Amino acid sequence: MGAKAENGVKPTPLASPSSSPFPSLKALKLKTKQQELLIRVSALALIYVLAFAVRLFSVLRYESMIHEFDPYFNYRTTLFLTKNGFYEFWNWFDSESWYPLGRIIGGTLFPGLMVTAALIYRALRFLTFAVHIREVCVLTAPFFASNTTLVAYFFGKEIWDAGAGLAAAALIAICPGYISRSVAGSYDNEGVAIFALLLTFYLFVKAVNTGSLAWGLASAFGYFYMVSAWGGYVFIINLVPLYVLVLLITGRYSMRLYVAYNCMYILGMLLAMQIRFVGFQHVQSGEHMAALGVFFLMQVFYFVDWVKYIINDPKLFHSFLRITLTSAIIVGALALGVGMATGYISPWAGRFYSLLDPTYAKDHIPIIASVSEHQPTAWSSFMFDFHILLFLFPAGLYFCFKRLSDATIFIVMYGLTSMYFAGVMVRLILVATPAVCLISSIALSATIKNLTTLIRKKSKAAQTFSTKGISSLKASAKASLDQALPFQRNVAIALLVGAFYLLGRYAIHCTWVTSEAYSSPSIVLAARSAHGGRVIFDDYREAYFWLRQNTPPDAKVMSWWDYGYQITAMGNRTVIVDNNTWNNTHIATVGRAMSSYEDEAYEIMQSLDVDYVLVVFGGVTGYSSDDINKFLWMVRIGGGVFPVIKEPDYLVNGEYRVDKGAAPKMLNCLMYKLSYYRFGELTTEYGKPTGYDRARGVEIGNKDIKLEYLEEAFTTSNWIVRIYKVKPPKNRW
Amino acid sequence: MDRRTLVLLFLLLVSSSLGSSSSSSPDIRVLSAERRIDLTSSIVRVFLTLKVENVGASQASDVLLAFPPTDAEHLAILKASTAEGKRKKKIYVPLSVNPTELPDTPNGAHLFSISLRNPLKTGEAAVLEVLYIITHCLEPFPAEISQSETQFVYYHDSAMLLSPYHVMEQITYIKTPSNKVESYTRVDPTNRAGTELRYGLYHDLPPFSYSPIIVHFENNNPFAVVEELVREVEISHWGNLQVREYYKLKHAGARHKGVFSRVEYQSRPSISGVSSFKHLLARLPPRVHSVYYRDEIGNISSSHLRIGSQKSELEIEPRYPLFGGWKATFVIGYGLPLQDFLFKSPDGKHYLNFSFGCPLLETVVDELTIKVVLPEGSKNPSSAVPFPVNQQLETTYAYLDVVGRTTMVLKKRNIVPEHNIPFQVYYDFNPIFMLAEPLMLVSAVFLFFVACIAYLHIDLSIRKS
Repeated sequence: MGAKAENGVKPTPLASPSSSPFPSLKALKLKTKQQELLIRVSALALIYVLAFAVRLFSVLRYESMIHEFDPYFNYRTTLFLTKNGFYEFWNWFDSESWYPLGRIIGGTLFPGLMVTAALIYRALRFLTFAVHIREVCVLTAPFFASNTTLVAYFFGKEIWDAGAGLAAAALIAICPGYISRSVAGSYDNEGVAIFALLLTFYLFVKAVNTGSLAWGLASAFGYFYMVSAWGGYVFIINLVPLYVLVLLITGRYSMRLYVAYNCMYILGMLLAMQIRFVGFQHVQSGEHMAALGVFFLMQVFYFVDWVKYIINDPKLFHSFLRITLTSAIIVGALALGVGMATGYISPWAGRFYSLLDPTYAKDHIPIIASVSEHQPTAWSSFMFDFHILLFLFPAGLYFCFKRLSDATIFIVMYGLTSMYFAGVMVRLILVATPAVCLISSIALSATIKNLTTLIRKKSKAAQTFSTKGISSLKASAKASLDQALPFQRNVAIALLVGAFYLLGRYAIHCTWVTSEAYSSPSIVLAARSAHGGRVIFDDYREAYFWLRQNTPPDAKVMSWWDYGYQITAMGNRTVIVDNNTWNNTHIATVGRAMSSYEDEAYEIMQSLDVDYVLVVFGGVTGYSSDDINKFLWMVRIGGGVFPVIKEPDYLVNGEYRVDKGAAPKMLNCLMYKLSYYRFGELTTEYGKPTGYDRARGVEIGNKDIKLEYLEEAFTTSNWIVRIYKVKPPKNRW
Repeated sequence: MDRRTLVLLFLLLVSSSLGSSSSSSPDIRVLSAERRIDLTSSIVRVFLTLKVENVGASQASDVLLAFPPTDAEHLAILKASTAEGKRKKKIYVPLSVNPTELPDTPNGAHLFSISLRNPLKTGEAAVLEVLYIITHCLEPFPAEISQSETQFVYYHDSAMLLSPYHVMEQITYIKTPSNKVESYTRVDPTNRAGTELRYGLYHDLPPFSYSPIIVHFENNNPFAVVEELVREVEISHWGNLQVREYYKLKHAGARHKGVFSRVEYQSRPSISGVSSFKHLLARLPPRVHSVYYRDEIGNISSSHLRIGSQKSELEIEPRYPLFGGWKATFVIGYGLPLQDFLFKSPDGKHYLNFSFGCPLLETVVDELTIKVVLPEGSKNPSSAVPFPVNQQLETTYAYLDVVGRTTMVLKKRNIVPEHNIPFQVYYDFNPIFMLAEPLMLVSAVFLFFVACIAYLHIDLSIRKS
């Protein structure tokens, strides 16, 4: 159409060149290649903005705030970093957590996230943007999600073509599996780590494809960034050697691979050792041994290759190969055995075990099993997080196998391994998401490309038919005879429409999931009132702010470990245990105190210098993730270390109850008393007896609770957080 | 020793002979004094009507007021006026009041002198109306109360008016918030009726006569004290005035003791925590927009804004009810249309006309800092405040500031709602500076595109592929 209009104008040449815009437009007309570049760049720019914007639901709906639990620790450390500088941060001994043990912050955290946020903050300040560090922290995750789309584009381009890259960028921009950890306010390690992970993989694949030392170096730095940001780097350091091993076995060994892997491994390892939390684990821990083994194998491979070239005699070479291989294996096994036996090489950590064996944590480490995001994944959550990608993924695998190359082998391995891990733990869906998006984008891109070529072929024929008229009728008839299938064009169009329909559904689903499921800060709870209005329960902050303002600055607060980070960050008070669950005994002590009788608990609290006890209680509002519902985990964790606490004491016929039929120990333990103190006087729901617990839907069993060693210090307006003061010891004379 | 007293005596003689500037006490006597002390809120307001007569030989142009040192320390405001004209045309003319010193005041009493408009000739009389406000002088007793108790406070004063002059006739009325008065000192004649206590009439009192009294009464009014308030007023010549106010609020009444029970507080609001307060009212200028209310850990969702044509009211509710001794910090911010507050003076200077003091009603501010952030590029700032303040200059940096903004910092202690009167800040500003920041942005974007074009057109590769 456009061409025709232009033709129509042309016959009136230069009537008034100054007034007519057409000549200048014509001069501006881009070449096809430039057009394609323009479309690609603008599509990418739109995706970049989209990835950022879709993550802002929580900011618009609530406010610019930090979410959940761990992000509060990250925020607090970032605040410290920006205030006191890097050296103070690196040497920070935090006496506010894990009282009386304290915590060496610099040596027990991955500093990548905080340093990144602090650098962004400094850069913005340098550009005279007077932003608050909180805003930077809130928007770090969306910003890195946007950057991830760019990496996904380049990665897709590297393994397939630019179309697949664009599709990958678009898919990953709104994939719920990734959004769940990168909405605005979710200031957690994963936010930058997925970017770092994908960047490292991309750079490594690029290095393998080109054999260039520069790309290898870049991938080492990407790996360094990943190590500094998240413990999930272990996945990289195991996947990459596995990939190399597979290439060696399938006979795809090349000099490119040798350069890429050695450069990445050696430099990456040396750089990673600079992170204090990781230290010498790369040479000492069992989880990192695979990479070391493959590194030596690679040298042997190269050496053997060289010997083969020197000897140039197959028979001699074979005997040589036998001797070297056996000796190499023996030496390796010996070294590993000696290392393990002397304790130089540590065995695998519990979390690593629980990845390989999903039932391990349940039997051995209750503290890992108690976290909901460590549970095995249900099918529904796969569907929820991936939607159509779940069907595109196998199709993409098919296309990858059809056009096998070093790069596609990598993405296939990444996809398959990460899918396995995603099945073991809910939170690892996050790691699988980029792979799933990339592989799906290959399927998508390849399918659409095939379909459109079919349609275009046909339409070209149609065009020739219309222009040349009757004279070329025969030729077109011939062309249509070439087609193998009837209605091919219609089917192709139908399929294309179907594909776009599915993509549309995907976009709708992603937006819906983001807005409904993943954009709640969990500090502020929102509910619908009977009149349809929005009710906000801001009890957590009410309690934390009360602690911050109205308790002595050195007060020690005991609570279950979930709230530790929030109390230190928002309440600015010392806590006994927090979300960094490094000391199981300490947590078990708190669990024991919560599940003992008041007088026994008082002794424990005295020994820990506790001034205030904080419990979360949902009986008034019907908030179900409160301490009574978490209580069995306290009993289990406490009982794991102190056998005095026995789980059956709190159950009646294996059933957990809080009403009249509850176990006597349950009705008189500290947690029960603190949760339900004076709750028996309150009518929570019309037509129900007093002391009706709305979270569990029962009338409580012990309405007459007397506290002897503690007194109520503060209860929030909806009773969600209750704080008790520990009385000083009685005067004995 | 001897010589020094001689010199002093000589100086005294000289000063008294010079007359008017520091008229010594015996020249004036107070014919009648009526004091009305209002104790209904946490701020003590005293209305004093003095009828003075010049009995000396020379003219008197000053009248002295005396305050005990504790009151003088907490004195927030002292205003005097005199009525002029008759009956319906009566207008009150403010008089200037200045602290002064006399060598022979007993027990460290502080003196303030009121300068009369027309000096009093011998035998003439004049009526003076004085208002003074004292903060932090209601002492909670008992100092600690539990949730179910009400708050009682002590008020210390003198039954007689402290005055450097001879007082012929004097009466004092004290108004308490309710008729629950636990006890009061009797200095006959003393009378109590309902919420009013009367001391007097007393006759023929010598100078500096003092008779301490204590009134112990119930006062459940919110003892809201802002320990520190920083108000930042940022002027943008693009049409907006941005105000940010940082509060450190405290309940300065009787300290809360023991448990805080939510059950009691929710179910029996009339008898539980009556001295605590849940919300405060802030009076903001009309046409206020984009109001926010937050603290260090985020937005506080409990506030209501009512916008009217005369005034806007913001009802703020701290995260938790404030009991005695509890604290809360928060920030209130809002925007205002610039044309309501920024004017041009005849000499071409711009000036900001804004209200001093704290927008919260019936609240004492211990330390107030007002920072007026002038636009970047403004010069020669000066301020006009109707009472003495400390002032200094600072530089602050906001978005896209290169040289920084000149900031006028005004500081004053002990602020009461009566301080909510306008003050002015004058400065020179060339409107061309308004374009600096947009131009910076435009050039940055332009440079970015130039860089893109250059990158696309330059081939940097060493080897031609």
